[in-house]
Amino acid sequence: MADTRRPLSPHLQVYRWQVQMVSSIVHRVTGVALAFGTLLVLWGLLELAGGERSFDQFKICVGSPAGMLLLFGWSWALFYHLCNGIRHLIQDTGAGYEIPQFVRSSWLAVIGSVVLTVLVWAYVLMAGGAA
Amino acid sequence: MSANELRDPLKAARGLGSAQSGVGHWWSQRITAAALVLLGIWFVILVLGLLHADYATAHYTLGRPWNAVLLIAFAITAFWHAALGLQVVIEDYVHTRWREISLLVLVKFLAVLGALVSVLAVLRIALGV
Repeated sequence: MADTRRPLSPHLQVYRWQVQMVSSIVHRVTGVALAFGTLLVLWGLLELAGGERSFDQFKICVGSPAGMLLLFGWSWALFYHLCNGIRHLIQDTGAGYEIPQFVRSSWLAVIGSVVLTVLVWAYVLMAGGAA
Repeated sequence: MSANELRDPLKAARGLGSAQSGVGHWWSQRITAAALVLLGIWFVILVLGLLHADYATAHYTLGRPWNAVLLIAFAITAFWHAALGLQVVIEDYVHTRWREISLLVLVKFLAVLGALVSVLAVLRIALGV
């Protein structure tokens, strides 16, 4: 283990809750989740390349309640990481670092991801379920 | 005075950030991110267009030249970006050196493997083999 006798700071629990710290850690969490979620894409491609029977089985798996839940989580993680990622790319130019702007863009990423997820799933439901 | 001391110390420091690789990682992460903004949106639209598609339709659509090319680009970029991101997470939270190194190497191996498998799958779909 690394030497942890030195003081660790700052302690998260002394901070008042702020949207910026949530948007930051959620970006990480969704990033890690999407790294594993990419395997879902890989799986679909493999089954499609494997022929009609394996692709039909893939559709049954993905269309099951558990599969739909997984897809729902995957889509929100993707949209959140996308929205907040665009926010970070804009911030990389040096823009948006005033505290009110920073808070506003955090909320924008959170709300934007929810809106996109709802829109996509509304479309899926109108088209009669996934897969 | 030896010749060694006449060298500007900056020469030894150039390209050596705290990660010993300067800003290379930072740039790769940003460029793959920018590419994934476009490819990700394209991929979601492609998949939504294939809702309820049967095998023949899905196979034909993904095998069309532009779709196949963009799919390969998407898969490679996604695994690349994932490896860069996981690297930062591992470096931040894994404090035992041998575990950190093992995980970093494992992530790179798996990312390359994932990208190669995706490319082969898309090629099989596109070329019908």
